[in-house]
Amino acid sequence: MAMERGGKSAGGEPHVLAVDDSSVDRAVIASVLRSSKYRVTAVDSGKRALELLGLETDVNMIITDYWMPEMTGYELLKKVKESSELKQIPVVIMSSENVPNRISRCLEEGAEDFLLKPIQPSDVSRLCSRVLR
Amino acid sequence: MEVACLQRRFIDLTATIFQQEILDSQFTQLQQLQDESSPNFIHEVVSLFFQEAEKLLNELSKALDQQIVDFKKVDAHVHRLKGSSASIGARRVKDVCIAFRSCCEENNKDGCIQHLQQVNQEYYLVKSNLEDLLKLEKQILASGGSIPTMK
Repeated sequence: MAMERGGKSAGGEPHVLAVDDSSVDRAVIASVLRSSKYRVTAVDSGKRALELLGLETDVNMIITDYWMPEMTGYELLKKVKESSELKQIPVVIMSSENVPNRISRCLEEGAEDFLLKPIQPSDVSRLCSRVLR
Repeated sequence: MEVACLQRRFIDLTATIFQQEILDSQFTQLQQLQDESSPNFIHEVVSLFFQEAEKLLNELSKALDQQIVDFKKVDAHVHRLKGSSASIGARRVKDVCIAFRSCCEENNKDGCIQHLQQVNQEYYLVKSNLEDLLKLEKQILASGGSIPTMK
């Protein structure tokens, strides 16, 4: 039986991959997502995110910080959208800076949405209900 | 100590913290994420903040101690500190970081050193207040009381 990418995990709840180099932000985003009953894997870099995406086929959404050392969220977004296996996974970008150019570049590259930090639990719940319905 | 007395102290301390903008509504949002399924969430995220902030303050001190200051590096650290303090609701730390970044952009070493001093002060202020708050919570719960909900 072929494994379908983006299918729900065994427990039925959507699986979200959270990417952020800040341990504080990882803890917050993971808690927000878990309180909405999503399964969460949190990693600290784009590189680790790609490693995980290569191994797991049930990631339903990626939520990533924009500004990370080595690989930005934008670069991660590009790699995901360039991959035939990963491109259908919705990617949301988070940033503490409201830079219109940055936002439009990400959306043009295929980001599902752009969230401003600090992360508001209500924004994340609303976003996930829309993207992961 | 009597539960009612502890609860009173908790209410008063919380009011002071918010009035002085040591913490802001972001912290309240995080408190709402703590429930039966993650009963230690605040303690965990506060501990992570302390670890991250102290590491960054250390790095900033080292970076500004150099003969030739790498302002890009300093700015990157301040940006990180600004981010995590904003995420936890440490408003005054975040505000100093914003001003600190302007000094980095201007390559102003003296300004940066001054702001580092300020951010250290604000950080230790929020740290001691958070520690007091969490200690009171623990004492209230140990005495069989419930944590007062603040509006």
